[in-house]
Amino acid sequence: MNSTRNPCFIRIRGVSKLFGDFVAVDNVDLDIAQGELFSILGGSGCGKTTLLRILAGFEKPTTGRVEIDGVDVTDIPAYDRPVNMMFQSYAIFPHMSVEKNIAYGLRKDKVARAEIAKWVDEVIELVQLGDFRKRNPEQLSGGQRQRVALARALIKRPKVLLLDEPLAALDKKLREHTQFELMNIQHELGITFVVVTHDQEEAMTLSTRIAVMDKGRLLQVGEPKEIYEYPETRFVADFIGTINTFDGQVSAVDEQHIHVDCETAGGDLLAFNEHELKPGDKVCIAVRPEKIFISREPPENNEDIRVKGTVDDLGYLGNLSLYRVRLESGKVILVSQQNRQRSAKRSIEWEEQIWVSWRPRSSIVLVN
Amino acid sequence: MRKQSRFILSVLAFGYAFLYIPLLSVIVYSFNDSRLATVWGGFSTRWYGELFRNEQILDATFLSFRIAATSATLATVFGTMAALMLVRFGRFRGRTLFSGMITAPLIIPEVITGLSLLLFFVTIQQWFGWPSQRGFSTITIAHTTFSMAYVAVIVRSRLSAMDQSLEEVAMDLGCRPARVIFDITLPLIAPAMVAGWLLAFTLSLDDLVIASFVSGPGANTLPMYIFSKVKLGVTPDVNALASLFILVVTVTLFAAWFLTNQREKKS
Repeated sequence: MNSTRNPCFIRIRGVSKLFGDFVAVDNVDLDIAQGELFSILGGSGCGKTTLLRILAGFEKPTTGRVEIDGVDVTDIPAYDRPVNMMFQSYAIFPHMSVEKNIAYGLRKDKVARAEIAKWVDEVIELVQLGDFRKRNPEQLSGGQRQRVALARALIKRPKVLLLDEPLAALDKKLREHTQFELMNIQHELGITFVVVTHDQEEAMTLSTRIAVMDKGRLLQVGEPKEIYEYPETRFVADFIGTINTFDGQVSAVDEQHIHVDCETAGGDLLAFNEHELKPGDKVCIAVRPEKIFISREPPENNEDIRVKGTVDDLGYLGNLSLYRVRLESGKVILVSQQNRQRSAKRSIEWEEQIWVSWRPRSSIVLVN
Repeated sequence: MRKQSRFILSVLAFGYAFLYIPLLSVIVYSFNDSRLATVWGGFSTRWYGELFRNEQILDATFLSFRIAATSATLATVFGTMAALMLVRFGRFRGRTLFSGMITAPLIIPEVITGLSLLLFFVTIQQWFGWPSQRGFSTITIAHTTFSMAYVAVIVRSRLSAMDQSLEEVAMDLGCRPARVIFDITLPLIAPAMVAGWLLAFTLSLDDLVIASFVSGPGANTLPMYIFSKVKLGVTPDVNALASLFILVVTVTLFAAWFLTNQREKKS
């Protein structure tokens, strides 16, 4: 990130939104830097869309302030904000051609005709809609509609572009393609993008940073890697990717490590003491499936965490193999291994007795 | 298979015959040359000619069309406003009550609507001295009140089917809320408004009961004229008049249907 860019381009302070008794957004503080591609991630009903609509100016926060580029916009209505939004339904005006749809924002700003034509050409070029400019919306496919919506929102060169589930209406193949296109356009124009999505994969690939929301609260904000590797709560760990969890109690603490007695793991699990925990604290140890090794022989490295189990189920995905391993306690965990060797034979079979192991570094400690 | 389809066809034919033979007989007899409306005396179009020389009929027709056009226009304006208010302006106190009440005029018997309107006009005449005479204005107001409900129902269903984010997009792109209605909302509900207008127009043109209640001396709408003529004995020119009437109403309703269908296919 460029250091000259304003790190608090969008500044959200203490924003709450209540609908009657229902708290849609609960005391959110958030800073978004200029030029970021920021994602707000969460399940349906978590308040992410409401937060986006507050940024757009369609909802007024019950409490709190919103600043964009140093200007308090809390009381500025949607039509006067330097912000444009792309709706989930795309909301293409059905009674206007593609061109008229795109030009709408500039016409409302009373921009001169020649100027409008120039901008329209430019934006149409950007989203590659040249062949469709005279068409009516009903003649467009889903992907083309998405481009029209994007072009229409971009033409006013907003300081911030808000995108509500920008890819949800597209089929899988198109979604992947469009994802990269969105990133390119964002990179090219340098406009700050705020994307709302429920799709964690989409958020991971698209974003410079992600905010995970649940029940109106921001649970964690960070780069995709941080969120994935260092989740702070069980919800975040669970929501992003898959994870194995073991509940337990801290039994011993040494200089660096904590020993956590987990019944489901059949013994102590080792982890780094990042939270200054004391013996007796209740914690949860979480491990990502791809951090776990699987082997027939007991692993040699004594520092590793080792647990015995049997292969309950396995699946071959080409690049990966997935194993469901039943530990001696009866708990089933998920392990994934890259298929590094080219071989038609399976190295590990169903019902085979195996060891699973992982580095203490890979243990994520979640404090409730 | 064949038998069954023949059976279905005859059921269909019977049903439609039941509906349309009375209307057809009026049209057929309108070309009757005889002076007696019920005795066939050969083909002629003389009664149509007669029709256009009858001052009373021409006056009644002109009045009916004037009332229909005015009340349809007013009903469209008010009905659209009511629908906009009910669908677009969020929850307000008593919204459910109001949205229920907008449909009430559709099921209240015409006789009662007519009677209550008459009482209303008589009362306000006593208080304010207006309307000094019942006729065009009172019938127009009466027709507006009940056909407005039809317009509101049609426009409301169109409005609630419309994606509300279309209006939000317009606002997001810098359009002021008052302007959004003209830029986005009205063009998109226009077909429903036109259909509503045409329906209100035909409703007004058809109405006999309410018009009879709120009309005064000298103001005869077309249905009132026909009805009064029939009481004195049917004359062939009434048949001709009725035939033209059927034609106008059919064409209008067909146009309404065509317009709504045409636009809906598009969007």
